Amino acid sequence: MEDKQITLQIDHHFVTVQEGTTILEAAQQIGIDIPTLCHIDLKGTCIKNTPASCRICVVEVEGRRNLAPACATKCTEGMVVRTSTLRVMNARKIVAELILSDHPNECLTCPKAGNCDLQNLALRFNIREMPFNGGELSPRKREVTASIVRNMDKCIFCRRCETVCNEVQTVGALGAIRRGFNTTIAPAFDKMMTESECTYCGQCVAVCPVGALTERDHTNRLVEDLADPDKVVIVQTAPAVRAAIGEEFGMQPGTLVTGKMVAALRELGFDYVFDTDFAADLTIMEEGAEMLNRLTRYLDGDRSVRLPILTSCCPAWVNFFEHQFPDLLDIPSTARSPQQMFGSIAKNWWAEKMGIPRERLVVVSIMPCLAKKYECDREEFKTDGNPDVDYSISTRELARLIKRANISFTLLPDMDFDQPLGTSTGAGVIFGATGGVMEAALRTVYELYTGKTLKSVNFQNVRGMSGVRRATVDLDGFELKVGIAHGLGNARHLLEDIRHGRNEYHAIEIMACPGGCIGGGGQPLHHGNSAVLYARANALYREDAGKTLRKSHENPFIKTLYQEYLGKPLSEKAEHLLHTHYFNRSM
Amino acid sequence: MPDIKLPCDVADKVTEICARHGNDPGELINILHEAQHLLGYLPEEMQRIIARNLNIPVSKVYGVVTFYAFFTMTAKGKYPISVCMGTACYVRGSERLLEEFKRVLGIDVGQTTPDGKFSLDCLRCVGACGLAPVVMIGDKVYGRLQPIDVKRILDELE
Repeated sequence: MEDKQITLQIDHHFVTVQEGTTILEAAQQIGIDIPTLCHIDLKGTCIKNTPASCRICVVEVEGRRNLAPACATKCTEGMVVRTSTLRVMNARKIVAELILSDHPNECLTCPKAGNCDLQNLALRFNIREMPFNGGELSPRKREVTASIVRNMDKCIFCRRCETVCNEVQTVGALGAIRRGFNTTIAPAFDKMMTESECTYCGQCVAVCPVGALTERDHTNRLVEDLADPDKVVIVQTAPAVRAAIGEEFGMQPGTLVTGKMVAALRELGFDYVFDTDFAADLTIMEEGAEMLNRLTRYLDGDRSVRLPILTSCCPAWVNFFEHQFPDLLDIPSTARSPQQMFGSIAKNWWAEKMGIPRERLVVVSIMPCLAKKYECDREEFKTDGNPDVDYSISTRELARLIKRANISFTLLPDMDFDQPLGTSTGAGVIFGATGGVMEAALRTVYELYTGKTLKSVNFQNVRGMSGVRRATVDLDGFELKVGIAHGLGNARHLLEDIRHGRNEYHAIEIMACPGGCIGGGGQPLHHGNSAVLYARANALYREDAGKTLRKSHENPFIKTLYQEYLGKPLSEKAEHLLHTHYFNRSM
Repeated sequence: MPDIKLPCDVADKVTEICARHGNDPGELINILHEAQHLLGYLPEEMQRIIARNLNIPVSKVYGVVTFYAFFTMTAKGKYPISVCMGTACYVRGSERLLEEFKRVLGIDVGQTTPDGKFSLDCLRCVGACGLAPVVMIGDKVYGRLQPIDVKRILDELE
């Protein structure tokens, strides 16, 4: 079918677009920025919310009596649109004022201040007073979970979180309940999120335009720990953080700031600055060994082997299958996530080497993720109540802390991670992008399985942004079929297939967030611009390409760790320290 | 809201209702209508069964149940009382009538007496404005009531 072209006029400019384009999109093409609030369309991912409910984007269309929402009105041939007439500006302002009339006037102490779409609109529309005050605010629920803070007083009912939770992630934890001023967004039966199927993926937080959904903040706790002379405070940083945190300091999306990030963490006063990428390499050793083990048994004719093997690095994904696919608990790899492997190795091997008692050692992680906060709080990752990872700080929180500590991030010199837990290969770095874990595993599994050296370590066919990708890799005659899914809705399709015996894969990588960790719920807000996610992913692949070592099994300190302490992958000690088990948490 | 376990036959009937509607999420409101007929209300467990059969999140089912005033999650009494608060009934004193029901029964609107006998609700117009103020108890319509009649009517239903 040939695409029909349509020409219309917006604010006296002619623009030609494809049939089906909305006025909002057409205006964007010619640099006219119509304000929106409920609308979000993260192009190239499945995140899209277009209820046309807030009416902030209304425009005048010649020949129409009423104002039309630009986000939901399709362009027609010869259409004449005005986006900034007096009538339009007044209507927009009144809509914003009505939304503000049931919104707490707490911008000074709101965690979203400075990053709030509603606050930005109030500024942009020149709202200097509240004409519709007088009524009481509708009281709604507040909740603090391990990962997410819910303050429904601030909710403006854009329904972005509901769409993401139900349509994109298919978790189904959040929905609109009741009506009128009593409406709120909540789990079924108005229960707490902790009593729901919530996976803490944090995508609701990533799209919330206001301060209704935010992260659980641990920065104050961290400031106190750093000031405590009796404590040794060490930090691990996830791969996706270095590709995004620069944005918080005005740098272009996709600017790699690994060295500055390390320098900032030293400035903050961490005793040792380590890298989760080290643990990512370790994950590949364990998960790769598990994969090889299952594959060789399968190829030897053992049909009791459970295939495909699924990755288990993503804690929201783990929560998802524990809630929704309890019949498949034996399929995912038992390998802990890199965050937890790091904590376990730091509080055992490293602490023993350094002679630091467990209770004096504080392990902090910097993560692009909110589910990581929940993960490190899980009972199975504690020894006598002391967690392997004490707490997790999101990329956004770290940026706030750096500003609070008067550090001029952009002026910092580049510094290197400490040893031994700071050395990583390129394979560890790409964990942060969808497909990266699979690519890292392939690099190691190929070489261990075939005994040959890879000609090129780049597996281009597992990279990219489409929701589900499949690839076949030739392991010396054996066709290894791998799948990659990001976004829990995409993962669900694959899992339903497995549940119904329609599986075509040997191994599948799953990440809960669109784009993988680079699009995590703890990252700097993308404000609906998916170019940001592409830039971050490319940054990680650039960092990988620039590394001398790009295969996990070549990491010299990983070799030392196995020689000195663990023996070999899947040894008794490795099983004890680096593997976990899953629980049936169906509701 | 305590999580009441449904008797097996009720659970089966709910599943049957869903199946009769092709387990189609678009039929949710019709299914809820029929399901509410079974016990007179929609307990949590019933909503979970419907969500499972229709393959939709239970939060969606609960959202619909709380959106429409017709659906309720409170068990109705043996004699469900609905006082009309439509315009005609209101101007002819239905508010005083409602207050009297509340006083005699010792419950608020939307509640059920502890013995499970009476429940109290409001409704908007039953189309019998000539009889205002109107009260419905079960399927029976009582017209031109005064607060003084309330005690007598309730006693008759004992």
